[in-house]
Amino acid sequence: MSQKRDPFPSVDLLADGAASPPRSNGELTFEAPWEARAFGMTLALVEAGVFEQEEFRARLIAEISAWEANHAAGESYRYYERWLAALEQLMAAKGISDPAQLDALAEQLANRPAGHDHTHPEG
Amino acid sequence: MSDPALRVEALEALLRERGLVSSETIDAVIQHYEHDVGPLNGARVVVRAWTDPAFRTRLLEDGTAAIAELGFGGPQGEHMVVVPNEPGIHNVVVCTLCSCYPWPVLGLPPAWYKSPEYRARVVREPRQVLDELGLSLEPGVEIRVWDSSAEIRYLVLPERPAGTESLDAEQLIELVSRDSMIGVAHAEPPK
Repeated sequence: MSQKRDPFPSVDLLADGAASPPRSNGELTFEAPWEARAFGMTLALVEAGVFEQEEFRARLIAEISAWEANHAAGESYRYYERWLAALEQLMAAKGISDPAQLDALAEQLANRPAGHDHTHPEG
Repeated sequence: MSDPALRVEALEALLRERGLVSSETIDAVIQHYEHDVGPLNGARVVVRAWTDPAFRTRLLEDGTAAIAELGFGGPQGEHMVVVPNEPGIHNVVVCTLCSCYPWPVLGLPPAWYKSPEYRARVVREPRQVLDELGLSLEPGVEIRVWDSSAEIRYLVLPERPAGTESLDAEQLIELVSRDSMIGVAHAEPPK
């Protein structure tokens, strides 16, 4: 088992033996913190009754198949990008946010001065 | 799409502002799925089925109810169907449409499970894919591929390895890997 090859070289298959004890996933569940936030936000919205899990799943299926049918050559697949796109669409459909508003807010965040998330003693 | 990290941050700010979801709630959900839920739950189900024939019968008849007896359930675990490996029959699970996965018993899926390559190829050429993942099956073994549909989440019940009669439940649990419950590995005999 330790010699197994990675049959899917386009995905980041972190080394983990098939026989590793089932104490944990044995690899990173999320590749970046934003993926975890997008995941957690979606489930929290389901719990809060803002939308149903199945409504989200239908959007996710549509997003994934759209990407598979039409993406730039060489663009690598990222599951949570599809997830986020599905979430944004559903929020827009529910009238909670609209894409333009989100774009504007994201741009505002991008233009924060460097070091905005660190606190430094005034000196 | 602009930087997804910024879009997520913007979305979260919006939800907070509208009072829909707090950051603390999101933290709690992530914490739960990263640390509390994982394949250990599924391994407990498998070992119970190995050691308790009545439970095994209930598990195969109504997976959701039997798994709930052990205290596991929740999103993506509402419609569980457990498919048992037997001599000559090997089961493997995929979700070709959206990578759904039985979170309550396996935690969140590994990267390869979500990849377009696995989702497409395991249906077309399961023997080849299993071989590449390190599981070589005899030519006579029938491979059944289970594609999660509408609401069903599948869990593979691997065969109990030979020579494990003297092991107790905690020792048996160590033999049940996540991959053996997806169906891309066997439960391994003790080393």
